[in-house]
Amino acid sequence: MSTVGDAWAYLTNPESWTGANGITTPTFDGGWRFAQDSIIGLTLEHLWMSFAAVSIAVIVALPLGVWLGHRRRGGGVTVVISNLTRAIPTLALLTLFAASAIGFGNQAVILAAAIFAFPPILSNTFTGMAEVDPDVREAALGQGLTRFQVATRVELPLAVPLIAAGLRTATVQTVATVPLAALVAGGGLGVIINRGLATQRYGEVLAGAILVAALALITDAVMARLQRAVTPAPLREAAAASA
Amino acid sequence: MDEPANPWFSLDYLQRNWEEVSQQLLIHTTLTLQALAIAIAIAFPLAVLARRVPALAGPVLGISGVLYTIPSFALFGLLAPFTGIGRTTVLIGLVAYALLVLVRNIVVGLQSVDRDVTDAARGLGYAPMRLLFQVELPNALPSIIAGLRIAAVSTVALVTVGVVVGYGGLGQLMFRGLQSDYRAQIMTATLLCLALALVLDLALVLLGRMATPWTRGRAAA
Repeated sequence: MSTVGDAWAYLTNPESWTGANGITTPTFDGGWRFAQDSIIGLTLEHLWMSFAAVSIAVIVALPLGVWLGHRRRGGGVTVVISNLTRAIPTLALLTLFAASAIGFGNQAVILAAAIFAFPPILSNTFTGMAEVDPDVREAALGQGLTRFQVATRVELPLAVPLIAAGLRTATVQTVATVPLAALVAGGGLGVIINRGLATQRYGEVLAGAILVAALALITDAVMARLQRAVTPAPLREAAAASA
Repeated sequence: MDEPANPWFSLDYLQRNWEEVSQQLLIHTTLTLQALAIAIAIAFPLAVLARRVPALAGPVLGISGVLYTIPSFALFGLLAPFTGIGRTTVLIGLVAYALLVLVRNIVVGLQSVDRDVTDAARGLGYAPMRLLFQVELPNALPSIIAGLRIAAVSTVALVTVGVVVGYGGLGQLMFRGLQSDYRAQIMTATLLCLALALVLDLALVLLGRMATPWTRGRAAA
């Protein structure tokens, strides 16, 4: 049968979606993990890992970006960070983490993906905060708001569209990075591609690739809607130009 | 129980395996340069076309944007069943990603050329081709070089994902180092990757300076 036919057969077989024994499997220590033979299980694992990575990046990058942006300092540092992380191969960070004390599996992937999700959120938060009209800041300060109030109640709301754009970039990129987990014994949809290549079942490779690509495109579409939803109508045109 | 030493940095590793390391470094470098050359060759006509026929600009940028959203791991997986495992598959993937960055930057560069300048050249009787190569292109060069730098650095990083199809240059060393828990091998390959990206980036900066001597005069003035 042709590769495309094999892929179709794999994707239309209910068992590839639900797994032979359900979408979770018990582990030896009494816990459970997502079944590695179930598309549903792998997709959920993929989304969970992406969510964890982006959350870590947001928790670190957002306050830092708000603080630096409010002080209007560190613009050079944020640029250097994003240029530097572009040069670091994802695979290098993954293998370095996996071979270190962090160990194989999903933690290494989540941490590596979080590091790559960090720069877009940081630089967009910084730019969004730093580019708030100085007159608006002055007016808020003149009305007696403290610096903290100016940062959180005046600048942050104005920076939200740009932050949302950064979050979209970071999320889509993370969903695209997580498939590499399969190379370091982690989960997620990359497993299907990796397993197919190892067993020379190219139909499954194709099916896995289609699933990963579809997930990335859907994520992008969802994040685009979110970005639009949090952007006030008058700012939409400007946000579209900078995205 | 004493664990055997497994240092992150080891010159001994480099000396013993120099032949293999240099071979993968060469593969990595040639793959990157080849991908960039092909990407430029495709991106340039596409960008000029998108500039000349505004109706095409949307679709060209849109399609390359969708291509860019597809994860590299998946793209190699999509190609592998048809182009087999090995160099060709990796090369096609690399070209696809470099293409978007280049097309975008060339289009932006051409669009940002001052209209007065092109009008003046047209008034002087420049034919479209001569206008493109002697007026528009030199003026768009800074933006094109900026795009090339981004494309070069991300291509160096992307080559490593080629391990999926067994052809990842230095990524091959990282992956095997992981499988055999050989930290020095992973770290050496990582540092060489970073060094390669840095060297290419610097080379492009220098190339950009030599190609646009007038910008230095303007900055000084």
